[in-house]
Amino acid sequence: MTDATQSGPMLAADGTPLKKSLARSLRRRKLRALALIAPLLLFVLLSFVIPIVSMLFRSVENGIVSQTLPLTVVELQNWDAESGELPDEALYAAFAKDMVAAIDAKEHTKLGSRLNYEQTGMSSMFRQSGRKIKRLDPEADAPFKEKLIEIHDGWGDVNIWRVIKTHAVPITNGYFLNAVDMQRTPEGAQAQPEDKRILIKLFGRTLFMSLIITGSCILLAYPISYLLANLPMRVSNMLMILVLLPFWTSLLVRTSAWKVMLQQQGVINETLVWLGFVADDARLVIINNQFGTIIAMTHILLPFMILPMYSVMQTIPPTYTRAAKSMGATNWTTFWRIYFPQSIPGIGAGSILVFILAIGYYITPEIVGGTKGVFISNRIAYHISSSLNWGLAAALGTILLAVVLLLYWCYDKIVGIDNVKLG
Amino acid sequence: MKITKTTLMASAIVAVAGAASAEEMTIVSWGGAYSKSQLKAYHEPYSEKTGVTILNDDSSAEAVAKLRAMNEAGNVTWDVVDVVAADAIRLCDEGLALEIDFDTQLAPAPDGTSASDDFGDLLVSDCFIPQIVYSTTFGYRTDLVGDNPPTEICAVFDLENYPGKRSLEKRPINNMEWALLCDGVAKDDVYDVLATPEGQDQALAKLDTIKDSVVWWSAGADTPQLLADGEVIMGSTYNGRLFSVIEEQKQPVAMLWDAQVFDLDGWIIPAGLSEERQQRALDYIMFATDTQRLADQAKYISYGPARASSAPLVGQHADLGIDMAPHMPTDPENAKNTFLYNYEFWADYRDDIDAKFQAWLAK
Repeated sequence: MTDATQSGPMLAADGTPLKKSLARSLRRRKLRALALIAPLLLFVLLSFVIPIVSMLFRSVENGIVSQTLPLTVVELQNWDAESGELPDEALYAAFAKDMVAAIDAKEHTKLGSRLNYEQTGMSSMFRQSGRKIKRLDPEADAPFKEKLIEIHDGWGDVNIWRVIKTHAVPITNGYFLNAVDMQRTPEGAQAQPEDKRILIKLFGRTLFMSLIITGSCILLAYPISYLLANLPMRVSNMLMILVLLPFWTSLLVRTSAWKVMLQQQGVINETLVWLGFVADDARLVIINNQFGTIIAMTHILLPFMILPMYSVMQTIPPTYTRAAKSMGATNWTTFWRIYFPQSIPGIGAGSILVFILAIGYYITPEIVGGTKGVFISNRIAYHISSSLNWGLAAALGTILLAVVLLLYWCYDKIVGIDNVKLG
Repeated sequence: MKITKTTLMASAIVAVAGAASAEEMTIVSWGGAYSKSQLKAYHEPYSEKTGVTILNDDSSAEAVAKLRAMNEAGNVTWDVVDVVAADAIRLCDEGLALEIDFDTQLAPAPDGTSASDDFGDLLVSDCFIPQIVYSTTFGYRTDLVGDNPPTEICAVFDLENYPGKRSLEKRPINNMEWALLCDGVAKDDVYDVLATPEGQDQALAKLDTIKDSVVWWSAGADTPQLLADGEVIMGSTYNGRLFSVIEEQKQPVAMLWDAQVFDLDGWIIPAGLSEERQQRALDYIMFATDTQRLADQAKYISYGPARASSAPLVGQHADLGIDMAPHMPTDPENAKNTFLYNYEFWADYRDDIDAKFQAWLAK
């Protein structure tokens, strides 16, 4: 051994530099770990990440106009939407050609439904004129301008062409504007007319009511969890079953049960009338409004609050409170200064669970919410399954997701996410 | 040896599974009493005749969204789907349903009348084969209206003579028409008025007069339940639901047929099926929508057959033994004043008016 080898890189047993050898073995270990989780990773990617990303992408994707009417969209660039005059024959000719091809591929009614979201009446315009334009020949039947206007007078309406031009972009902010009660117009983003504004209100209501539900869950769950954590095992297991039993019951059954309980001819009102607390003609209205939604959802989400709280409280050593009391603390000081701070991670975990579940709730508000108790998710469901406006539904969903992430971030800043424990 | 045996068995199972799926079709419908009536009237006789096994899927309520998703995924697992006409029009527009040639792909009437004449005006879309005419109409509690049972639709808006809650569907369709009708708009002008913003405001203003007394429903079973519980004095729902409250459950409820809105329910065949499956679906449709089969369905549920030639064949209820004809929405006694759901209008205006309606509801 000479001094030179001493100062050179350290070698492993096989003669390669130790650093390199270490890196290789670390890499191998990482790869093995990756291989072990690969099935799960792939599953999550395929069944969760890709569908969500593709759904989110719909909120801006708008290729349908330029794909269905490629020539028209090019011609529309040359037309001045502000001029107040109809486009010229070149555009009508391009449009006729596009339409004949689109009708052949049965794409024109699809475009009609898309544009109907922006301008009422375009759905039937495309459907009706489709039947007649089908018979036109894109070469021999020129000129088209008058013929098309005769087929449907909508083609002679400047406003219709303005709408098509406005929504011809392949990536649009239109759905997001709609999602916040605005609309994309030739003059830029504008507010919706007052009598159609509803979504912002629903977002606000969803957040506000979710907060109330989370709050009432905390109030109800805290004493129950405390009791569960401090009773002897045998009794607390019995009580635990009572918490879990509704948890295992179908959501719909529980919601419908609340309906039976709360309606005006329901169990609670009948009892109150029978006891004489309430007059027969002044029965309480406690369902089909916000109150009904809060009661039913608090009940349904309560186990999600109790379980994390309980498991955190179980780990709080009773010796601390005993020590505090032995040093002369009152019951209240012991609870507030010693016990409560240790139970905060459980409250945090429960609150996040309940709040995030609550803002996505839809079937319970639909059944017991009436008109004042519905959530934004009810509108998302409407646009997914009834109006088929998936772009708007995706935009609403994206905003909801962003709000959750934002609140999560705020929570991390204020309370700290390390301070959350599920047990 | 052991391996060969297992392989043999496996391939046998695959072969059996393959053969089974070749003789299987999935039919989507609404579930409940309605699916049962189809099972008795269509599925059982068809399976008996052809040996095809029919699987039921109760997904009609989400059929439009699911069909679109299946179509995008390129894997349509449904063979025949039962939808309301408005959904069928939407599916046809979206290219998700197969266009039907009514005269060659449907059975003619027994007297030789072509299918397109036999169905007549009820063929509202190129993709849609109507099955039944149902109506959305009102039922009322006979014990809560006193000596003055309502005879006309405007009783719904008359809180003075008929105080109490009423249930209406949580959507603008039908409610807006009834509101205008009771606000003095002539029946023929209703849709012209409703197409204008002023007309929409007028309808909402009329609904506003009873807003505090309305329970809004979103499932067809809500109103029958609310009537049975005495939660509401009157409420709108599908006539078949009211029939079962009145005749099967014997509740003190009666029908108010005035200004009932006819709507259609029927079949579509999804676009994009393999040749073989499409052929089988068409064969089923040919069988299930002939004159006798449509009349048979009325034995099990009080919805009117969509073919003119089926009407005289409507008999008695299979279990109750009562004549079904007087319970059909199309019976002349019941159909003195009717609307036909205006498909074209609502396809255009639904999203626009729904936004206004929901904003009004939330106010």
